Amino acid sequence: MKEIINKLNKQFENRIRLGIMSVLMVNESVDFVTLKELLDTTDGNLASHLNMLEKNNLIGVNKSFVRRKPNTRYQVTDSGRIAFREHLDYLNMLIKNNDK
Amino acid sequence: MENIKEPIQQLNEIRNLMERSSRFMSLSGLSGVAAGIFAIAGAGIAFFYLDFDQRYFDINRYFTEMSYHKFSDSWLFIALDALIVLSLALFSGIYFTTRKARRKGLKVWDSTARRMVISLFVPLATGGIFCLILLYHHLVFLMAPSTLLFYGLALINASKYTLHEVRVLGISEVILGLMAAWLVGYGLLFWAIGFGVLHIFYGLMMYFRYEAVK
Repeated sequence: MKEIINKLNKQFENRIRLGIMSVLMVNESVDFVTLKELLDTTDGNLASHLNMLEKNNLIGVNKSFVRRKPNTRYQVTDSGRIAFREHLDYLNMLIKNNDK
Repeated sequence: MENIKEPIQQLNEIRNLMERSSRFMSLSGLSGVAAGIFAIAGAGIAFFYLDFDQRYFDINRYFTEMSYHKFSDSWLFIALDALIVLSLALFSGIYFTTRKARRKGLKVWDSTARRMVISLFVPLATGGIFCLILLYHHLVFLMAPSTLLFYGLALINASKYTLHEVRVLGISEVILGLMAAWLVGYGLLFWAIGFGVLHIFYGLMMYFRYEAVK
């Protein structure tokens, strides 16, 4: 179990992946373009990180068409929510340990 | 730069993104100040246009035939006055907020702005229609408290998607609205405090907290 958490924490060290998770935690769902603007990154880079998070079942993808244009929306899954909360606890623990 | 190892740095990044993606941060304090100045000017014009009986009226006398007719002569002027104040406040609000967003290199009309505007305008439009109904029933004395109450509730609703100060402003407007409903004759005075003084006060507070160059 500890190893799994460790692996997840490594996942969130990446700036883009951490950013995606932070944004999705406070929004019901967010589309690709908004994420790209918020995180200030390229299409390819964002897509590969989104793929990785989806493969690990941390986020869900919803594809649809808005005025005939493809619109891809992302939302955080339950396991993603739990993993992110655990990561926050982990960060807090690290900070507390540093203070001692 | 791609990986962030420091926990404090990570937490800062998380907080920053959560706020930027869910709250409309470009709302300018100066738009509040401008709205407040227009509101005081508008209230001042109304104050000098109306004669004393209409400025502070007595609820019992209000329902007598005489004072009712007296007010209906002047209400068109007051409505026009209020409409001008509203449009000036709206335009200056949009102007200062657009300016603030441009300076920070942000888009003005994004999903957070949309959410804020919708959550503001649903209660506000309800209040607007309610006030027209009051006018229809000649219940002019309830107009000032109603505008304050609905505006305050709209602000509390919208504050979820913008700067935190908006919530406190909303609560203050609701309290003033309730007081204005209690002390019926002083509507204009409460209105000037709520839309004028409070806007300027909170506008300046927001301006010095988020915008003024230190």
